[in-house]
Amino acid sequence: MSKLDTHFFDIGYMDTLSSQQTSIHQLDPRAKLITSLVFVTTVISFGKYEISALLPYFVFPVFLSTRGNIPSVYLIKKILLVSPFAVMIGIFNPLMDRDILISLGTIGISGGWVSFVSILIRFVLTVGVALTLIAVTGFNAVCMALDKLGTPRVFVVQLIFLYRYMFVLVDEAARMVRARSLRTFEGGGSGLKTFGPMAGHLLLRTLDRAQRIYVAMCCRGFDGEIRILKPLRFSPRDIGFTVGWSALFILMRLFNIPILMGNVFMEFLK
Amino acid sequence: MSHHIVEASDLHYTYADGTPGIRGVSFRITHGESVAIVGENGAGKSTLLLHLNGYLLPTQGTLRIGDYPLTKKNLKAVRRTVGMVFQDADDQLFMPTVYDDVAFGPSNLGLPVEELEIVVTKALETMRVFHLKGRPPYKLSGGEKRSVAIASVLSMSPDILVMDEPTSGLDPRARRRLIEQLKKFEHTKIIASHDLDLAVDVCERTIVIHKGGVTADGPTLEILQDEALLEKSGLEKPLKMQNCPLCGPSNPTSDKSELTIEN
Repeated sequence: MSKLDTHFFDIGYMDTLSSQQTSIHQLDPRAKLITSLVFVTTVISFGKYEISALLPYFVFPVFLSTRGNIPSVYLIKKILLVSPFAVMIGIFNPLMDRDILISLGTIGISGGWVSFVSILIRFVLTVGVALTLIAVTGFNAVCMALDKLGTPRVFVVQLIFLYRYMFVLVDEAARMVRARSLRTFEGGGSGLKTFGPMAGHLLLRTLDRAQRIYVAMCCRGFDGEIRILKPLRFSPRDIGFTVGWSALFILMRLFNIPILMGNVFMEFLK
Repeated sequence: MSHHIVEASDLHYTYADGTPGIRGVSFRITHGESVAIVGENGAGKSTLLLHLNGYLLPTQGTLRIGDYPLTKKNLKAVRRTVGMVFQDADDQLFMPTVYDDVAFGPSNLGLPVEELEIVVTKALETMRVFHLKGRPPYKLSGGEKRSVAIASVLSMSPDILVMDEPTSGLDPRARRRLIEQLKKFEHTKIIASHDLDLAVDVCERTIVIHKGGVTADGPTLEILQDEALLEKSGLEKPLKMQNCPLCGPSNPTSDKSELTIEN
């Protein structure tokens, strides 16, 4: 039960992080969003056995989180929390793909293992950047950027409402779970039998609340459109950030930097 | 000043499942009046309030708000006139930040951005919550939420303020502060509440609702002293009109010596 509460406060912590005033926080949300999108696109566009070329990409999340003053332990914990999804996606690769791809001395490493590791690296990179993006920008500012970049309003408003009421919903669910656990004792009351009605009850409450929110919106002249007001300014700094990083990502996509560096090093040795 | 008038005549409302909400409510509230609508749980207070902003339309009878009879056509005008503060502030504060929330109403009314800022600042300052303007609503305390909810309505400069249980869930000091603020408003005020002490403090007139109908309508002090009426309507005298149960003369068991021992 207490777990639900702690995770909830953890999400709130993301908001606290986003209200800092570092040079990264001061960038236009659109600059950070576009750069992150370029990052994610280039990272996922690699072939399935790629590992070495992905490694230089770590420079971006590390840069964002250190300059943005985001505690790395917090970030790693959050990434681990969702990691089972990535593991589930790649877990069968080593079983399906048994051709030896790399031989390290007598040990052969199959293609399956290589692609599995590749999936995990990509997962850490993309999820890491997504989380850092929210932590250095704030969820609402990311929504605002999406809106300014032409995402349909309906989706943006849905996201904003989702974020706003997630806290209320989690709070309500946590209270229900707490109330139940206070009256459950060993051997009864905590199984699926009560879970069903509770989930149903929560749904009904949510519908009820949605209705009340809608009334509240109508009372204040809601006519189907939410006017989000935040004049955003794209400064030369933002352009520099976006263009510079995006160019680097594309460069790293075109040239395998670790191999290039290795070659240079070998040349040097000769 | 006919546009601040609320007039109900023989208002009936039955819910879709056949449950009667209100039956035959009539009253006339004029400009600048401050009226408490009191009644036990389920008496029909909330149903009545939902009519005042046009969310529910009466199944029988008419309601006039300002210059308009309440019909589907002039809902917008009615909602512009009536500012409604909901019981649960979380329902009302749906925008990402306090500022956005208070700006929601006026921007829907088409206020240009420069004026918007002035209006929002004024509303926030009236409720003394200007320092919260950048905060997300879920990080506010109960009292702060209530103040912001009221500011979000004030920013639309309504002629009539309708409030559903404005003091519920507030600690005594926040409640006292809210009452002081409400007293300063010059709007026509309609306040539904169980908090009869609030009614004594803020409203000079009280309408008692019982089982969907009006059982009394008159000066607050007179009505709330009428024990027979209160008993009939399922209410109790406001605390400040009751003698103190610990030291008051009406309580035969009270004994000052007992008190000193306890202390």
